[in-house]
Amino acid sequence: MGLIDSTVLTLFICIGGSLVLATIIAAILGFANRGKTNSTLRNLNQRIAAWWAMAIGLAVTLLIGETAVIVLFLVLSFLALREFLTIAPTHRSDHKTLVWLVYVIPLINYWFLWEHWYGAFAVLIPVYAFLFLPIRNALAGDTSNFLQRAALIQWALMVCVYAISYIPAIMQLPVMINDGREAAEGSPLGSGGADGALLMLFLIVVVQLSDVFQYVWGKTLGKHPVAPSVSPNKTWEGLIGGVLTATAIGAGLWWITPFTWWQAALLALVSCLMGFFGGLVMSSIKRDRGVKDFGATIAGHGGIMDRLDSLSFSAPVFFHLIRFFFTT
Amino acid sequence: MSAMRFLKRGLSGLITTASGAQIRAAGADGAEPEFPPQAIYYANHSSHLDFVTLWAIMPAELQPRVRPIAAADYWGSGLKKSVAQGIFNAHLVHRYKDRPHTRADESATRQTDSGSSPRSSQLTGMTEILDAGDSLIIFPEGTRGPEDQVAAFQAGLYRLAKHAPEVPVVPVTLKNLGRMLPKGESIPVPRLSQVVVHTPLFVGDETQEAFLTRARAVLVDELQAAEGETP
Repeated sequence: MGLIDSTVLTLFICIGGSLVLATIIAAILGFANRGKTNSTLRNLNQRIAAWWAMAIGLAVTLLIGETAVIVLFLVLSFLALREFLTIAPTHRSDHKTLVWLVYVIPLINYWFLWEHWYGAFAVLIPVYAFLFLPIRNALAGDTSNFLQRAALIQWALMVCVYAISYIPAIMQLPVMINDGREAAEGSPLGSGGADGALLMLFLIVVVQLSDVFQYVWGKTLGKHPVAPSVSPNKTWEGLIGGVLTATAIGAGLWWITPFTWWQAALLALVSCLMGFFGGLVMSSIKRDRGVKDFGATIAGHGGIMDRLDSLSFSAPVFFHLIRFFFTT
Repeated sequence: MSAMRFLKRGLSGLITTASGAQIRAAGADGAEPEFPPQAIYYANHSSHLDFVTLWAIMPAELQPRVRPIAAADYWGSGLKKSVAQGIFNAHLVHRYKDRPHTRADESATRQTDSGSSPRSSQLTGMTEILDAGDSLIIFPEGTRGPEDQVAAFQAGLYRLAKHAPEVPVVPVTLKNLGRMLPKGESIPVPRLSQVVVHTPLFVGDETQEAFLTRARAVLVDELQAAEGETP
């Protein structure tokens, strides 16, 4: 069914099992602390609920097929853009440029992705959109803070659309690995099959677990903040513990990838580090704008971008490392 | 629940989702806002989304008895008229065409904050709505302005409050809607908005000027307090 074979099913059973375990542990902690209001515990419960939603959303869309996964990420990009534009200091004169940014460019981007047209997908945003948007802005005639406004709009597109769309793009890598880049260009939908789904899930699982273990290690051992003026919660202890744990898990998941265990470990390590830096960059933006979260799209859980920050930084690098080293 | 009412609830949900509206009471504790059974709701005005959003967030049991006041020169003809009256239950009024309301003269009117005198016919319709026990949604600035500014209030709000002094006057601050669909634009850009419902005001033994200044200050303070800050 869809892109799910027995290996994907096994992986989802493992994920579901871990979530059941996490839910039980949180329930026990809640029982032990009953009657008290504990913000850490409430946050833990919210995170577990968000992971359940993510796992179920991915499982359902993978069951339906590649189109459903692509539509899912298009919607996530749209919601991420909405959060980004809420806190970003755009000008009144940017309005018509923002209409292009929100409604037109993401659709073309995901359409190219859906067509498996890598050559067009890879350059649409960094070449055409990045040149077109400042042109549209200049035509609007407002030159005040022009450079900042142009940069802000391009960056919104980079992070919320281009980077996030690399997550479903990973599904196309198996054809590039097995049959070459030429053959992958314009290959039929779903040609990545279950292998493509597994590769995408590998990145998502490893990077999300890295976030989880950074949180766990940071909460238990964290003392020395990496960048105290950005986020006091990101500590060296959390970073090293979280990234190493997730890298070990990534190595242990080599069997769902086309890689050897040490190749899987290296890719996991790079992805986790990029994920950490993604969180750090997003924290800098939030701190600068004086907000704690990117909105409250998932009530009480923060926004979409708070959950996708690490993936948006790791997915493009993960994709291009594999494309460079493993495809011809 | 009739089919029309069911549709209206669906539409309300859609509007609230599309505008990403987070509804809260004024203050930092994030309390649930209170909607009195009958009230004169007034808000800052910077977008066509203002009146639909304010209508959409009304509790289901109160919504049928809330009448947004809309300008007849914009909403008064064709499809817009049927939508405004048929769906949003709007009451259309003719605006002050004799006194063009611009930003430039805002500083001149700020000293008095009294606005101009509304024509009596304009208010008659609204007082009848209040007498019938229904609520009003009005935008005392009289027209849409830039997102972060609140123009001087027209006198209508005071007259209505005086007409029905027992009806609470509820200030509502609308944030970000003007950034989503500013004046002069036709396609909204998605952002998350906020609807802040304040503690009701009652008109006391005060001058028109004092009341309008007090009423306007609630919105101005809320907009300034949250500069650059979102949920």
